[in-house]
Amino acid sequence: MKNISLAFYLALKEVFRNRGRFLLVSLVIALITLLVLFIAALGEGLATANRQYVGNLDAQLIVFLKKSDYIIASSRLDANTVRALRRVDGVADAGPIYTSSTEIISLPKPLKVSLLGAEADRPGMPKLIEGRSFRGGEAREAVIDRGVALRSNIKVGDEIRIRSTQGTDDQFFILKVVGMVDAQSYFFQPTIFVPPATWEKIRPQSEADLNSDTPYPNIVAVKMTDPTQAEMMKTRLVDQVTNIEVADLNTTINNIPGYSAQQGTVQTQGFFTLLIGVLVIGGFFQIQILQKVPQIGVLKAIGSSNGVVGWAAVIQIIVVTAIGVGIGGVFTYLFSLGLPPTIPFVFNGTRSLVAVILLLFIGPLGGMVSIVYAVRIEPLKALRLG
Amino acid sequence: MNSVALEVKDLVKSFSLDGGLINAVDNVSFQVHAGEFVALVGPSGSGKTTMLSILAALLSPTSGQVFIDGQDLSQMNEKRRVKLRREKIGFTFQSNNLIPFLTAQENVEFMLRLNGQADKAGRVRSAEILARLGLSDRMHNLPAQLSGGQQQRVAIARALIHNPAVVLADEPTASLDTERAFQVVETFANLVHENNRAGIMVTHDLRMCQYVDRVLQMQDGKLVRMVETKKEIMELAMGTMKH
Repeated sequence: MKNISLAFYLALKEVFRNRGRFLLVSLVIALITLLVLFIAALGEGLATANRQYVGNLDAQLIVFLKKSDYIIASSRLDANTVRALRRVDGVADAGPIYTSSTEIISLPKPLKVSLLGAEADRPGMPKLIEGRSFRGGEAREAVIDRGVALRSNIKVGDEIRIRSTQGTDDQFFILKVVGMVDAQSYFFQPTIFVPPATWEKIRPQSEADLNSDTPYPNIVAVKMTDPTQAEMMKTRLVDQVTNIEVADLNTTINNIPGYSAQQGTVQTQGFFTLLIGVLVIGGFFQIQILQKVPQIGVLKAIGSSNGVVGWAAVIQIIVVTAIGVGIGGVFTYLFSLGLPPTIPFVFNGTRSLVAVILLLFIGPLGGMVSIVYAVRIEPLKALRLG
Repeated sequence: MNSVALEVKDLVKSFSLDGGLINAVDNVSFQVHAGEFVALVGPSGSGKTTMLSILAALLSPTSGQVFIDGQDLSQMNEKRRVKLRREKIGFTFQSNNLIPFLTAQENVEFMLRLNGQADKAGRVRSAEILARLGLSDRMHNLPAQLSGGQQQRVAIARALIHNPAVVLADEPTASLDTERAFQVVETFANLVHENNRAGIMVTHDLRMCQYVDRVLQMQDGKLVRMVETKKEIMELAMGTMKH
């Protein structure tokens, strides 16, 4: 205990009396923190932009067309599949999901959006936060997500005009916005929801698709009566409904095209930034210890134990790192305030916390060599007595 | 006669060099009493710095014994040596003496902190000893703001503040001009006598011997002469002593 208290005394006195030098190191750590937190927030933002709708589904299982490799765009289910799924024992509800994209052109600057078809009050249709749900049939009504509202100022009650290429012609449709749901980004775009029959009418489609009025869902979201029985239910659904394959939400998200590769890239960037941080901090503290060899020699010669010297180095590194991470955190927050909403930048508590903990570790990790070096300094050699 | 604060018995320190053994300290024995200030002199390579390193518990002897305040250094492990250095020994070095980020007073008080004595009385004592050394207006200065002589005086204060049994000084005047050197050694000698400590100063400058009670002269690792009378010591210091 006495060692720790002495170490604190030495470490803090040195930091305070050389605050300019140590502040510079803290600023370097702050920049590394800014970079790491920015990459973490960008990674989370990209992930959210890609998976938010699927991740928020009020369902546990997703049903795909057999051999579609759990890729939503590759899956197109038979219209009867939904009814068949709802009859399976253990299924609380099932909702078809139809995916496409379109462009709202009734704005000063056209806005690209995901166009999702879903049945009101079924899995696949998020909870409303404003207005009402659309009517069924071919009602020209839409529910927008908060992302659309934020980027366009469209409000519940407004009419929007969308453009879809059908066959070789551009077709224009007017939809009345009747409700709003929370942010439900899908495939990097904000989302509008329409009834399935409307979706089939207004979605971009090829010449061949124009001959059919029947909407075919890409996937079906299945809500189970007992969410803990996912594995058993997967098997039961595949056994009882033909031509399907079933995945949980995580598998579905990881199979969104580009999702895993993108997250891997972002995580690799984060890892290398941390690695650079370890090397920079390690280098600084090693140089500092080399400069302090005679001073450490004096400390040991007059009776300071290795514990005092070692702990002083550890405490100093932790203090400097913590100050740097703190400054970096504030920098990152201020920086994020100036970013436009189009940049996917999301502070996720867990991911940011992990990044901050890792950042707090890179100081002691980087300084480990210098700490060991400090402890091993022999006073006799340091003072050139030997 | 005061009690024996330091006793060296048949001390040998050997180093291997070019496949052979060299005795840097060769069968040396002497005693230093409390209140006695002794100079250890000799030409370069005579073994005086090696001797001082052993007395400071920084180097283990090859054979022989060193007793500081009755405790045998040769029987101690590293942990006990660190404790001994902290409690029983005061040390000043040629240079790089002080902790650069502590003020003069904090440097002195650091010895008290090491020994768990950093209370109000300790602070008063450190201010008193600095004032005694003419540094009352420099107590809150960092070492870089002090002259070489002032730094040495702070180091002397630090070496004495915790009442060690033995105070060791390695060439304390090496980086000082003549006038400052005399001042520092005189002050050192006075404090050793006043505080009844055993002081040992390694020096190559024989003029500094005028302030000591005894001179131990080393050559080739051996203790070749002991100068004990004041007359002889002064002759040695003035350079008039016959060899």
